[in-house]
Amino acid sequence: MTTTQESAVAVEMITVVIDGFEVTVPKGTLIIRAAEKLGIQIPRFCDHPLLDPVGACRQCLVDVEINGRAFPKPQASCTIPVEPNMIVKTQLTSPVADKAQKGVMELLLGNHPLDCPVCDKGGECPLQNQAMSNGRPDARLDGYKRTFEKPINISSSVLLDRERCVLCARCTRFSEQIASDPFITLNERGALQQVGIYENDPFKSYFSGNTVQICPVGALTGASYRFRARPFDLVSTPSACEHCASGCDMRTDVRRGKTLRRLAGDDPSVNEEWNCDKGRWAFKYVTAVDRLTHPLVRNSSGELVQASWPEALAAAAAGLKGKRAAVLTGGRVTTEDAYGYSKFARIALSTNDIDYRARVTSDEERDFLAAHVAGSSTTYRDIDLADHVALVAFEPEEESPIVFLRLNKNFKKRGLKVSAVATKSSIAMDKLKADFIKVAPGAEPTAVASLALTAKSIILVGERASESAGLFSAVAVLSAKTGAKIAYIPRRAGERGALEAGALGTVLPGGRPVADAAARVDIAAAWGVGSLPSTPGRTSVQIIDALASKELDAVVVGGVDAHDLPAGSKALDAMKSAFVVSLEIAPSAITALADVVLPVAAITEKSGSFLNWEGRARAFDEAVADSHNRSDVRILSMIADAMGESIMLGTVSAAAREFNQLGKWDGARVQLAPVSPVAPKSVAGNQALLTSWRRLLDMGTLQKGEDNLAGTRRQTVAVISPKRADAIGIKTGQQVRVSNAHGSITIPVLVEDIHEDAVWIPRNSFASQSLVALDAVHGDVVTVVKA
Amino acid sequence: MTLDRELMQTIIARYPRSRSAIMPLLHYVQSVSGYVTNEGIETISEILAIETAEVSAVATFYTQYKRKPVGEYHVGVCTNTLCAVMGGDAIFSALKDHLGIENDGVTADGKVSLEHIECNAACDYAPVVMANWEFYDNQSVESAKSLVDGARAGNPPAPTRGPNKLVTYKEASAVLAGLDDGLAREGVQAGAPTLLGLKLSKEGK
Amino acid sequence: MSKLTPVLSAHWDQADSFTIEAYTRNGGYTASKKALAMDPDAVIQLVKDSGLRGRGGAGFPTGMKWGFIPQGDNKDHYLVVNADESEPGTCKDMPLLLANPHVLVEGCIIACHAIRAERAFIYIRGEVTHVVRRMNAAIADAYKAGHLGNGIDITLHIGAGAYICGEETALLDSLEGFRGQPRLRPPFPAIAGLYARPTVVNNVESISSVPAIINNGAEWYQSMGTEKSKGATLYSLSGHVNNPGQFEAPLGITLREILELAGGVRTGHTLKFWTPGGSSTPLFTDAHLDIPLDYEGVAAAGSMLGTKALQIFDETTCVVRAVLRWTEFYKHESCGKCTPCREGTWWLVQILRDLENGTGSEADLEKLLDLCDNIMGRSFCALGDGATSPITSSIKYFRDEYIAHVTNGACPFDPVKSTLFAGAVN
Repeated sequence: MTTTQESAVAVEMITVVIDGFEVTVPKGTLIIRAAEKLGIQIPRFCDHPLLDPVGACRQCLVDVEINGRAFPKPQASCTIPVEPNMIVKTQLTSPVADKAQKGVMELLLGNHPLDCPVCDKGGECPLQNQAMSNGRPDARLDGYKRTFEKPINISSSVLLDRERCVLCARCTRFSEQIASDPFITLNERGALQQVGIYENDPFKSYFSGNTVQICPVGALTGASYRFRARPFDLVSTPSACEHCASGCDMRTDVRRGKTLRRLAGDDPSVNEEWNCDKGRWAFKYVTAVDRLTHPLVRNSSGELVQASWPEALAAAAAGLKGKRAAVLTGGRVTTEDAYGYSKFARIALSTNDIDYRARVTSDEERDFLAAHVAGSSTTYRDIDLADHVALVAFEPEEESPIVFLRLNKNFKKRGLKVSAVATKSSIAMDKLKADFIKVAPGAEPTAVASLALTAKSIILVGERASESAGLFSAVAVLSAKTGAKIAYIPRRAGERGALEAGALGTVLPGGRPVADAAARVDIAAAWGVGSLPSTPGRTSVQIIDALASKELDAVVVGGVDAHDLPAGSKALDAMKSAFVVSLEIAPSAITALADVVLPVAAITEKSGSFLNWEGRARAFDEAVADSHNRSDVRILSMIADAMGESIMLGTVSAAAREFNQLGKWDGARVQLAPVSPVAPKSVAGNQALLTSWRRLLDMGTLQKGEDNLAGTRRQTVAVISPKRADAIGIKTGQQVRVSNAHGSITIPVLVEDIHEDAVWIPRNSFASQSLVALDAVHGDVVTVVKA
Repeated sequence: MTLDRELMQTIIARYPRSRSAIMPLLHYVQSVSGYVTNEGIETISEILAIETAEVSAVATFYTQYKRKPVGEYHVGVCTNTLCAVMGGDAIFSALKDHLGIENDGVTADGKVSLEHIECNAACDYAPVVMANWEFYDNQSVESAKSLVDGARAGNPPAPTRGPNKLVTYKEASAVLAGLDDGLAREGVQAGAPTLLGLKLSKEGK
Repeated sequence: MSKLTPVLSAHWDQADSFTIEAYTRNGGYTASKKALAMDPDAVIQLVKDSGLRGRGGAGFPTGMKWGFIPQGDNKDHYLVVNADESEPGTCKDMPLLLANPHVLVEGCIIACHAIRAERAFIYIRGEVTHVVRRMNAAIADAYKAGHLGNGIDITLHIGAGAYICGEETALLDSLEGFRGQPRLRPPFPAIAGLYARPTVVNNVESISSVPAIINNGAEWYQSMGTEKSKGATLYSLSGHVNNPGQFEAPLGITLREILELAGGVRTGHTLKFWTPGGSSTPLFTDAHLDIPLDYEGVAAAGSMLGTKALQIFDETTCVVRAVLRWTEFYKHESCGKCTPCREGTWWLVQILRDLENGTGSEADLEKLLDLCDNIMGRSFCALGDGATSPITSSIKYFRDEYIAHVTNGACPFDPVKSTLFAGAVN
């Protein structure tokens, strides 16, 4: 870790006197924060610890004296760092500061509407609170108040009531300084100054919800929460985000059993105080979809009918017992549930045939995960300390937005160098001024090999590296050669936890290699079983093949969407003839063909944890207390009991306790057998190599039911190079058809910086679900023509 | 008229950093379209590679950028204290009546728009009226009426301190975009009040 | 001997004074030649020795400002000339540039040499088409003549209507292509100004004064003015006087002296109140006729020399109306960044409007003064301070007139009597 390095730099400490009390703080600390350390709350609006000081609202005025010389007028404590021999008098000890603050508060309230009873912010409003603590008791400004037409939709997700705004500019500064999305700005001037968008371009930032959260008044509100609740009616539960592997700390607010909003939590080591709009607003899927409420069992006439829990568990047990069975879990299950599946496979099914990777995968990736990811500990802090970050098969803003924010912070604050080996440029790469190393789909390994990194560099490699043969190998070689750290950043929240829990055919919990006898003995002993299966398990692709060829009889599927899988329709076909036990929250293509369907708890209804990409545990409590739905691990435990192969994981906490007690493997790791790159296929004429990734906001299952959020999706486009555009005579905005033998996608084209051999389309966006429509993956040949 | 992107690039080239060109580019858009159009904002956003919101934030801050069309002759009457007291208020009020428009209004023929303006740095010539930002010094209600009547008829009187002929709003905007119209040498070097101290000094006073 | 000392204005009466031919004929571009042959530090020293102080309002010593620029830092340095002249009553820089733009060009060359800048920007307000033409032509002609382009360049930047851009950091933000709102200081422009590079921001008149100082020496300049306010400057007389105009005189001249030169207050009328340096400087009355108009003298009497914009109002003028109008100006020009100025001016205008209409109350005066107390020194920049000056000073000298509005239920003045046309009739 980096502790020695950091402690080597001595931080100069400065002692100041505030309201007669001494406080010692690091040099550079602002007066307002030094006062906080003493428990002295200076009122403020524009000040925000993660935004640059601006000194605009003037609410935090205090009297300051340095070396016996007093400033002639009160100073904004949010803009002045402490200095030696500084004496500060806040509103508590200086009548001048107190009057100045009351004077500013009076002016802020003068034009503020008295609509607190109908304002979403009422009850948790810094203006309301500070008006009570630091305002005048009476009002004397009785002229005309400023009014605006209200409210305006600055995007489908965010509304603006301008008359409530105190013009602190937190929102505009966030958008510019943190998200690099200056789509909202201060407009007009003077008393008419107002936050706004340019009329034709809404506030389509992936991070727009943060502005709602940091707005110190009710000026910015979220469309999905507006007028829905009062803060004092809500029960808040600390939670973790289930949408990606960034690992945001969150808070879930529930009223009468229904989630009404989610907020970014404050975790300085992970998401600071931010999150993305998907994490904030995509929670209605839990209630929007037709939830499964009862177990279902396929009866003798082939119909799926409602059954009691004992009937269903017995049916599942009967169908699995003694059969050649495998387990497929999606990347969305919690660590505890993944651990349940892992243990269930090994004990109840006596197999290592388990794979959590419901997506395009490779064997090379599986080896890489075992060799370089399981048990590893690259962190956000490492990004803060890196000299150079290389992005490989990873688009941070789309695939792990908080990683993007951290990169952006480092780029903005200290000019962090970022390189990206990619087929096409991206908005995030523009924002980070990344060195774009442009490659043809499949040619990534060669480009990676030539990256000039150091031991202080980091390689952020995404799961899409599995789509280019030899790419994980090239990353491993580069790391070995330069000493650069590897950070593997999967998209889904549960992937890292599933890896560590052993939901993979070659890895047991704690990163123990299946192939290592000592590792198996370790786990067998902990689990109180004689032995564990020693044959390395099949991958998800192999499991589907084996189901199709009847080498497997049965499969337990948890949290997998068939569309996640490459060749999803083939997977469904393969499952039709097998015995399928499906653990799901809602009906799906897989539950439709399953023999036993067992409803499970959605994320808000259970406790548990995820491991984010760092491997850091992100625990959460159940936010909705009375759902009666149970976590997967509890149900697996009941099936195992019914099979007579007990796994003893009756509760989430039992699973967590047992998993944590196992600890990490400290023996020899799996070695990654290097895989050679495969030259990109050659293309001619209208042919192009497909390249594709998912957008943050797309057709994802967990975004269902949130139309406001869907309204801020980026436009679905196919990206081609200027040269190709000329060749096929097309301009940005015109329709293009991308097709192969399987099907076609027709969407508007965007002419941009992309490898000339490539065409990019979003993988799972409206009108562009490439896996379904084209059954094609990265590097496959498609035809691109003007539509 | 369409925006000349090559010309816009020459404006950008005046500055070490392209974003500095946003103000002359907005003046340039007004010289082409008579006001800041959406097309103008979007084009500037594109060529400076900044967001449209950032352009409109600037465009709405400065009073000379108009987000709707003004007249071919944009008339500003100084109603800051000194000019107002000296007759600016009377002139402004008379022009509103005379033209039948309010502040920020445009005559139906599109010839004249009216605005009350702030101090225009010509207080020793009060009351001052500006037309397309050219000086009309020591105005009276009558002289101001003749100015707008002339403008509507297509032959406005020449500015007091300006070129020999009043240019149009678009033409003036081009000058404010930094484009040379060759008229710098026309007109007086100074009016009498400017020269008063010098004259008195030469008289030994 | 004349009390006037035309230096800047010496050749304005030549019909072609604004041309490069006239400027050269009158000895122009000799100072820059001389200065370029000098060591830059010696130029700074000379300007320091001359005692020249900023003519934009604050009166900060110009040479000292130049001396703040870090030398040998291997960074670009910039000179930015503030030609945004917008303070109500201020009307010296625009006639100067109309009549003689080359003196500013030459001043820029000298200043750039002194602070080791290769580039100057002249930020001129946008509402003066013909001044822009003259300035642009002067720069173009100076390039043609080889005065520019040999290591020193000038870019003319044209504003678009925002008084706040006269504030130097707002001006820099505007020049960088942003909304013209003041920046947090520190860092000060001398360390991180335009494009975060060391930058000197000077007023037109300050820079234009430099060529004569180079040619005639510091002692010559020092010989004019008072102890701490050296040199000569442009006093701009406007309003209810018989002969308004520009008077270039040594610092320290009094309004009484200038009025004598100008033929006095409008015939048949008497002086009521006046501004020594624009509307942001607290008002004076006829009791202040003999105050020496230098930085110290005006400050000692409770106001500021500011831009030496002497706006004269006679007894026909309603002070409440005058102050209301200025307050409306500050409301219109407040940039919106900080609460006291943005919100304060909103309410000040309403209260003053009621008072002027006769619908206010005596208690409103106390409210006004208390609001001013909550704005003055509480706002982000000096605009908010300036907004309070006319109010507090007018109540100080003319409280009875405010009360008269209240008791009268209307404004007791006839606005027609104040107009230029009415004056002509009288």
